[in-house]
Parts: sequence; C-alpha cells; structure tokens
Amino acid sequence: MYGLGAQIMRTTMGAVLLYLFCHAQAWASDMPNIPKGMGEQCVAPVDEMRRNHMEMLKHQRDDTMHRGIRPQNAGSLKGCIACHAQKDDNGRYIPINAPGQFCNVCHSYAAVSTDCFQCHATKPRNE
Amino acid sequence: MKKVMFQTIEGNSSGYLGLLGLLAAFILSGLGSAWEMEHNGHWITGMTNQVVWGTPHVFAVFLIVAASGALNIASIGSVFHKAMYKPLAPLSALLAIALLLGGLTVLVLDLGRPDRLIVAMTSYNFKSIFAWNIILYNGFLVIVAIYIWTMMDRPMNRYKDRVGFAAFVWRLILTTGTGSIFGFLVARQAYDAAIMAPMFIAMSFSFGLAIFLLVMMAAYQWTGRPLGDALLFRLKNLLGVFIAGVLFLVAIKHLTNLYATEHHGVESFILLDGGIYTFLFWGIQILLGSIIPLILLYHPALGKSRLNIAIAASLVILGGLAQMYVIIIGGQAYPLPLFPGHEIQSSFYDGVVAEYIPSFYEFMLGLSGIAVAMLIVTTAIKILKFLPTSLEDAVTDPHHKPEEV
Amino acid sequence: MSKQANKTDQYRRRFLSNAAAAATAAVVPGLMLFPVAEARSPTEAVSNKVRWGMLVDATKCVDGCNACVTACNNEHGLEGHNRPATDAQWIRLVHLKDKQTGKETKLPVMCQHCEHPPCVDVCPTGASFKRADGIVLVDRHICIGCRYCMMACPYKARSFVHETLTDQKPDSPRGKGTVEGCNLCVTRVDAGKLPACVEACQQEGEKALLFGDINDPDSMISKQAEKIASRQIREDLGLNTGVRYHGI
Repeated sequence: MYGLGAQIMRTTMGAVLLYLFCHAQAWASDMPNIPKGMGEQCVAPVDEMRRNHMEMLKHQRDDTMHRGIRPQNAGSLKGCIACHAQKDDNGRYIPINAPGQFCNVCHSYAAVSTDCFQCHATKPRNE
Repeated sequence: MKKVMFQTIEGNSSGYLGLLGLLAAFILSGLGSAWEMEHNGHWITGMTNQVVWGTPHVFAVFLIVAASGALNIASIGSVFHKAMYKPLAPLSALLAIALLLGGLTVLVLDLGRPDRLIVAMTSYNFKSIFAWNIILYNGFLVIVAIYIWTMMDRPMNRYKDRVGFAAFVWRLILTTGTGSIFGFLVARQAYDAAIMAPMFIAMSFSFGLAIFLLVMMAAYQWTGRPLGDALLFRLKNLLGVFIAGVLFLVAIKHLTNLYATEHHGVESFILLDGGIYTFLFWGIQILLGSIIPLILLYHPALGKSRLNIAIAASLVILGGLAQMYVIIIGGQAYPLPLFPGHEIQSSFYDGVVAEYIPSFYEFMLGLSGIAVAMLIVTTAIKILKFLPTSLEDAVTDPHHKPEEV
Repeated sequence: MSKQANKTDQYRRRFLSNAAAAATAAVVPGLMLFPVAEARSPTEAVSNKVRWGMLVDATKCVDGCNACVTACNNEHGLEGHNRPATDAQWIRLVHLKDKQTGKETKLPVMCQHCEHPPCVDVCPTGASFKRADGIVLVDRHICIGCRYCMMACPYKARSFVHETLTDQKPDSPRGKGTVEGCNLCVTRVDAGKLPACVEACQQEGEKALLFGDINDPDSMISKQAEKIASRQIREDLGLNTGVRYHGI
C-alpha cells in the first residue's frame, strides 16, 4: 500500500482528478444554444417545461391515443413543433430533430436519445 | 452402484477453444444480421405483410419448445424418482436454460422494436397468451436456476424434489402456452385447434431429448469421459416413444381436419399441392424426422450403434425444424378464407398462396440462437460441475452386475 | 277569386316545400360534417355512447375506380416503395368472382373495427386496443413490433412498417418497426370530418361508402342499414364488425 509503485499510482490519479476538476468548469459553461421559439412564452414557465416536458408528453400521449383528447395548438406535439421549428434561408422548415435545432440541442448535450421522430413528423403541417 | 462424481471439464484443448470460436462466429453473424434488420427495416428479409413470422421464428419456437423438453430428463429423476436419470439432472436443467435463452435471443432480436423489450416486460395485456408466455419464460429461467442451485448446493439438496416438481409443472404450462400461441388464432385455417397445445408438449419431449442425447454424447466423447450403454440405450428407447407420440398427435390433427370439408383446402395445401410445404411435411418431418429415426432406434442391430443413435437424434432435430416451418410459415402462406366459394384478387395478396423466400439474415439470426444455447452449455460445464465424471454402467445402472473376473 | 288564390297558395306552398325537400335531400348526404347529433368537443374524452361504423354498398363500387385507396394513401402518407409485398396498405380493393355462378363483385376492404377484435386480444403489451367509441387503433408508443396481431386478424387488415420513414404526415404519425392499419381517420373524425376514403367516394359521386354513428338509430347510416340488406365479412366469427357490406 505504501510501496513506490503504489505512491506513483496515487500521485498520477490525483493529478488526473485535479486536471478534470479544473476543466469541469469550462465544460459546464458549454451550455447549448437553444433557438428561440415563436411568441412570448411557452405553455408553462421555462423551468417547469425543462423539468417536466417528458412527463407532460407521455401523459398527453395516453390522453390523446386512448381517450381521444386533443388539446388544440399548444397542448400537442404538433403545437410544440409549430412554435419551435426554425426555417432555413430559403424559407423552408428545418426538421426539428436536426442537429442544432430545438429538441436536439439539449438532448445531445444531455445525451438522452429521443424516440419521437421515428414516427412523428418533424415539420409543421403545410397549411 | 458406484457413487456419481461431478467435475468440471478441463476446457484447455484446441478443440474446445475452436468450438468456442466457431460458436462465437455464428453469434456475431446473427447479431450482425439483427443489426441490419433493425437498421434498415424488415424489408431486407423475406418476411412480408403476408408471412409475418419467418425463419427466425421457426428456430426460436423450436428452441423454446425443445428447452422445456430438455428439462424432462431431470424431471424423470426428481419427480418420478428414477435413479438412473438423477446424475443427468444438472446437465438437463442447464440445457433447458441455454436453449430457452437461445430461442428468446432470436425472438427479441427479430422484433420490430427490440429497444422496447422493457415495455414488453412491464406492460401486459393479460388476455394475450403471448403476454402470458413472456411471464412463463422468465419464470422458467428463475425456477430452473433455483433448481440447479438445489442440486449443486449441498444444504439445498433437500428441496431438490419439490423445486423439481414445480419446474415440471411450470414447463408443462409453458409449452401449453407456446402451442396455444397458434391454437388460439381463430383467423387461420391451419391453426385454431385445441390439439396444438398437447402436440407441442409431445414435440417438446421429442426435440428436447434428441438435443440432450446429442449434447451428452458429444460432451462425453470429446472429453474422453465414459458413457455406458445402459443409460444410452434407455434414453434412445425413450426418444423412440416420444417420436411415436408426436406422430400420433400429428396424425390425429390431420385426420380430424380431413373429416371436415371446411378444412379440405388447407389440408390439401399441406399434404398434396403446397410445393415446398408438402415436401417438408412428408419428406423431412415424417420420413426423415420420424420414420427413419424410429427404425434406427428400435432395430435390434442398428439401434445398438452409437453412430446410428446420433444420426437418429440429428434427424429428429431436422424433422422438428421442418415441422415448425410447415406449421409457422405454411400456416401463414395459406390464404385467409374471407369469401368462401369465391375467387379473390386484390393488391394485398388476398386469396393467393403467399410467397416466402427465407433470407440470409433470417437464417443467420436463427442459427445464432442455436449457437447461443451451445455456447452457454460449453462454457458452463467448464465453470461449474454439471457433468458427472463417468456415466458408465457401474455408476448409472441400479441393476448392474460387475463382470465375473 | 279567393278560392283560386287559396289553391295557388297551396300549390305554391307544396311546390316550395317539395323544392326545399329535394334540395336538402340532394345536399345532406354530402354534408355530413357532424354525423353525431352533438359533436364531441376535442378536449372531452370519447365515450361508448357513440360507435363509429361504415356501410359499404358494393353494388355502387365502380370498376376502375380506386378513389378510396388513393385518398387513404394521400391522407396518411402511405408512399409505396414499389415493394407490394411489404408496402403498407390500409384499404384495398378486392375483386370477387363466385366460383359457382361467375358473378363478379368489387369492394373495398379495410380494418373492420370489430366489437371483439382478435388483434386486441392477442397484443402482448396492449398496444392494439379499441377506443371507447369503437375505433380499433395501434398505440405505436408501446407497440414492440411482434406482429402477432397481424397473425390474428381474420381480415388481413394490418401492415408492418418494413422500412425507415421520413416526412410523415403530421396528423398520421407512423414509423419503422411498428404495426398499423386503418384507424377510420381518427384525427379527422375527432375533428368532425369524414374519413378520407368516404369523402373521396362521395366526391366521385358514387356514394358507396357511408360513415356514421351506428349506435344512433336516427343517423343516416342506421337508417340506410334498416332499408338495405347488409352483412359482415366472416360474421361466423362473432366479432360484430363495425363495417357492414351490401351486395356481397
């Protein structure tokens, strides 16, 4: 436990940990740059949306699928996309799960994969 | 009777490592196939909207049915108290778990959304026999694992017979459930029969014992451990009984169907003009898979040869796979009787025999299930004491008389 | 003079009321925007007071017309990949010919929205389910893609999505690895509109497809079903389908 080999190993590990600690601050400040949605604010305050949107989506999907409850506009996934989708230089909608877009920006930062867009449309309805 | 000793195998030879390598190669190939299927979608396989369950399911259901049958040998020892079979119980239980895991691997990897396995294990529709099967499979793994524990851990030995009985009952319910997956389907002419469940139980006896025989003979041959004739001949005679049992139930199923005019279409399809399905039924399932093994096993001279016993067991397995193919794929290929008495034509293949060409991906996925099962057995017998050091007559046969010197 | 005026008035009234009746009779079958007496508000849960159904008049299904199929494909984004064995089909036209008499019939077949659906019984996760108002759906959030429901359906109503999909219709989410089938255009029905196939058939002028609440004895569909003979496909199975056919 106190031989030379052990001492070298403990010193090296300590140095590595110290390095990581110093640089954690830099990584933490690498916050995602979230594109702004339409309108003044979302359905709920930002903190609440960040913390609860997954639960809201999951609960809502059961309400819609099994009970036929379809909240108009803001309450549906289509509503989220309608406000938060961005357009490119040619005025066409960019898929909302593309890199740098609204969903992907936070989800790739947090390393949480989303399953939604295997099925759901990534752009607003063409009115 | 000499006392039975259990010992791990050495597992150092190049043959052993080569076997591990071969099995690993098959498993990797299966995993690669599953990845391709999941990534590109099932259109790259031979499965379609007409034949939705294909070659992977043939292998998977075969392995699952064989798994519950493989436990039989242990049950004959623990439940029916036949002394000769008791030394085989650990290997039998191990093989049961291995085959079930192999079958489940194939089944899960073929799902359209294998990433949703956790949904399948937590969200149940209890009217679905499929949901019950998921519970039965997982329960089987737990019960048989406990069974192995009672066999191998001396303080737990006194629970062995009780757990063995529970495992025996559980496996009968499990196979009934597997057969009912098909038996409960009213839509299809080839299924919708109460006989499917008992037929599957008979099949499990037959396939399970055939695989057990082959694995046991290979293990003892390749490790140089003695395997006596007394035990081997008992087992091969038992296999013959099981083959006959399956033949009987298959005959009843088809004869009953033939009596009802309503079923003449599907019977004629399987028995006469179904092309590949008719060939597989008569040529492989009945002739190669049942009649020839019966001759090989019961013939007074032929039945004494170990090579013939191994051939017979292999043919039973081949026949079993063919039987699963005819049931699963043939049953789907035959059109649904939406408008009896009419010729039907549509863009969705109504009224016509569906075409199905197995793809390479499906074959490799199916074979990898067998490889998974064999890999589990091969490594387990090196890690734990599953194999008796000797199964010579003096050890196994309660009526053995030592030869006069 | 007054007698003459009376007669004229009466004649006028009869003419006007007949004209009004004729105009309404011409317009109403196409109108059907709210098939139910009181439409459900979208934030209210569905109930089993209503049961949606269809009445198909196969005698009016014209040779060479496939408006219903095209409308369904467009509505739900069912683009074909030139792989008919694996491409999704929610509705298809079936051509029948009686083996004994030679009589030919043509009819569209889709999910029959049974009252006792075998697909719902067999689904291990409960993804295949029947909504309270009778529409049989797949909850693709919990579908694991096992295809057991496809084995179980006597009408071959369901399709499996065999490839990666992009650019789905916002009102019709669908994705690789899950099972799907006709959902009676549930998003449209919930908005008080007709299913796409029914609307397309009416626009073609054929009116072979009638949609409405079969629990309501006063709905168009119930009244029509009282007048013309109709049956279910495979009624022997006792599934009590929501789709009935006249002329088969």
